[in-house]
Amino acid sequence: MPQARTEERTELERVARRLRHNIVRSTTEAGSGHPSTSLSMVEVVAVLYFGGVLRYDPQQPHQPDRDRFILSKGHGAPGLYAVLAEAGFFPVEDLMTLRKMGSPLEGHPNMRRLAGVEASTGSLGQGLSMGIGHAHAARLDESDFRTYVMTGDGEVEQGQVWEAAMHAGNHGLDNLTLIVDRNRHQQTDAVAKVQPLDPLVDKFESFNWEAREIDGHSLDEVAAAFDWARGVSGKPQAIIARTVKGKGVSLLEEAQDKWHGKPIPKEEEARALQEIGAEL
Amino acid sequence: MSFGLSRVSFETGPATREAFGEALAEAGANKDVIVIDGDVNNSTFTNKFKDMYPDRFFNVGIAESNMIGIASGLAAAGKIPVVASFSTFLLSNAFDQIRMGVAFPNLNVKLVGTHAGISIGEDGPSQMAVEDVAQACAFPGMTVVVPADGPSASIATHALLEREGPTFMRCGRPGVPLLYGPASDFQIGKANTLREGDDITLIANGIMVAMALDAAEGLAADGIQARVLDMHTVKPIDTDCIVKAANETRAIVVAEEHLAYGGLGSTVAMVVGEHKPTRMAFVDIGDTYATSGKPDELLEHFGLTPDAILDAARRVLKD
Repeated sequence: MPQARTEERTELERVARRLRHNIVRSTTEAGSGHPSTSLSMVEVVAVLYFGGVLRYDPQQPHQPDRDRFILSKGHGAPGLYAVLAEAGFFPVEDLMTLRKMGSPLEGHPNMRRLAGVEASTGSLGQGLSMGIGHAHAARLDESDFRTYVMTGDGEVEQGQVWEAAMHAGNHGLDNLTLIVDRNRHQQTDAVAKVQPLDPLVDKFESFNWEAREIDGHSLDEVAAAFDWARGVSGKPQAIIARTVKGKGVSLLEEAQDKWHGKPIPKEEEARALQEIGAEL
Repeated sequence: MSFGLSRVSFETGPATREAFGEALAEAGANKDVIVIDGDVNNSTFTNKFKDMYPDRFFNVGIAESNMIGIASGLAAAGKIPVVASFSTFLLSNAFDQIRMGVAFPNLNVKLVGTHAGISIGEDGPSQMAVEDVAQACAFPGMTVVVPADGPSASIATHALLEREGPTFMRCGRPGVPLLYGPASDFQIGKANTLREGDDITLIANGIMVAMALDAAEGLAADGIQARVLDMHTVKPIDTDCIVKAANETRAIVVAEEHLAYGGLGSTVAMVVGEHKPTRMAFVDIGDTYATSGKPDELLEHFGLTPDAILDAARRVLKD
C-alpha cells in the first residue's frame, strides 16, 4: 500500500474510533437513543465525510452544489451527529446535549434545527424518495452534486423504498447512491426472522440498479465501493454494507437483539470506551 | 348538474380542477415549478403543464408516498414542486410522508387534491375525499384553501405558488357556477363577502358558496338579510371577518362538502367560541361515508343543498 494511502487509512481508523467513542458517550449521557445502529454505520460515514467522497463545506452548509447525505434510518442520529461534529458543522462538545431540551440534536434528525442534516427523518422508508428529489434537482439544474442515502436493512421492509427504487432505476439516476446498512437486526429480532430480504443485490439489480455487497466495516472496501459507485453511468447504485449492530462494543455485539434503542449503562461505559480505544 | 339551485342563476363555469390545471400551465413559465403526478394527470388537468413543460413533469405512477418524498427533496433543493392527485389518495395514502417530508420540515411543497367531496358522484365513497380538509388543517403551518369556482381557483393557484411554505388546495370534479370574474379581489387568508346582511351569516366554501347565495335569496323572501362569506381559506382562518360577523349578525351557519369533524365548521366554531359565542348551525356530510349515485342525488341525500342551509338558518334563528 502506498505511504499516502496508508496514512489516510490510519487517519480514517482514528476517525472511526472517535465516532464510536462519541456515539457511546452521547447516548449514555442522554440515557436513551440508539447506539447499536449508530455503531454499525461508522465506517461508511467515516469514509463518506473523511475519505474524499462527499463534497461539503461546514461553513456553507446550504451551498447549492454540495453533495447530500440523507440518513433515512433516522434512529442512527447519534452516528450522524458524531460525524457532523467531527466534520466541523458544530462543536464536538455539543454532542453531549443529545436529546436534551433546547438542543438541536434531537432524538431523530431535524433539518430545520441543525446545519448539515439534509432531511428530517425518523419515520422509516422515506429517505430514498427524498434523495430522488435532490437527484432530479441536480439534473434539472445541470449540477454535478451527488446524493447519498442510507437506510437500515429492516427499513427496506417499507413499501415506499421499492416505489422509490423502481423510480430511480427507471430514471437511470446515476447521481444517486443508496447504502443499506445491513446489520441484520431490527427492533425485536433478526431481519431474517422478521422478513428475510435476500437476495438483496438481485432485488436492486432487477429494479435496474447496479448493486454490490461489501464488508461495511472494512474501510478499504467501503472506499472502493464509493469509487465504484461514482464510476457507474446510467443507473443508481446500491451498496449493501454487511455490518454488525453495536460494532466495537462487545456488550452490544454479544446480544444484538437486546440493545435496539437502549444506551450503554453508565457503569458499562468505561469498559465500552476502553474497547473502542479512541485517541482524543 | 344543478347543485339544488333554484332562486339564483349562475352561468356554469369550469371545474376548479380544470381552472387549477390551466393556471398551473401558465405558472410553468417559472422554471422552478416542477409538477409531480400519480398517473391521474388527465383527471387533475396537470396534463396541460405536462404538454408545455415535459422536462419538469414527473408521472411517478401509482405511488403517492414516493410522490411526496420526491417533492420533499425537490423543495429542499430549492424547487417549487406541485403535487396533484385525487385528494383522498394524496392525503390519506401519503399522510405520513406529508407529515415527515413537507409539514415537519416546513418545505415549500404545493399539494393539490382534486375530486374532493361527494359531488364526484358515481365512483363512490372510496374515491371521495371527505376528511381531507381536516387532515390538511391538522398539519402545523399548512395553508388550506377550498376555492368555490374556476376564476378563484385560478387566482388561488398563482397565489399559493407565490406563497412560501406548505400549502394544500382542494378542487372538485364537476363544473361549478361562476361567482368571480378573472380579476376579482381574492387574497389567501381573507374571506370574501359576497352578499351583505345583518341578520344572519352564512359561511361556506367550495361548491357550498353558490348554495349559500341561493339560500340567502330564500331568507330574503322571509325578510331575513343574510351575509354570505366565501371562507375559501380554512387555514389560516380569517378571524377578523368571523368575529365581525358574530358581532353584527345574530347567528352563523357554516356549510361545507366535508365531514362534520375538523373542517371549516370546526374551525369557525373555535373562533366564535373564543371571541364571541354565537348561536351556530352546521351543514355538512355529518359523520358518515356516502355512496355511489348521481352528484345531485348525493348532494340531496346527504343534505348539501340550498334548502338545507335555509332550514338550518331558520332553525338557528328561531332558538
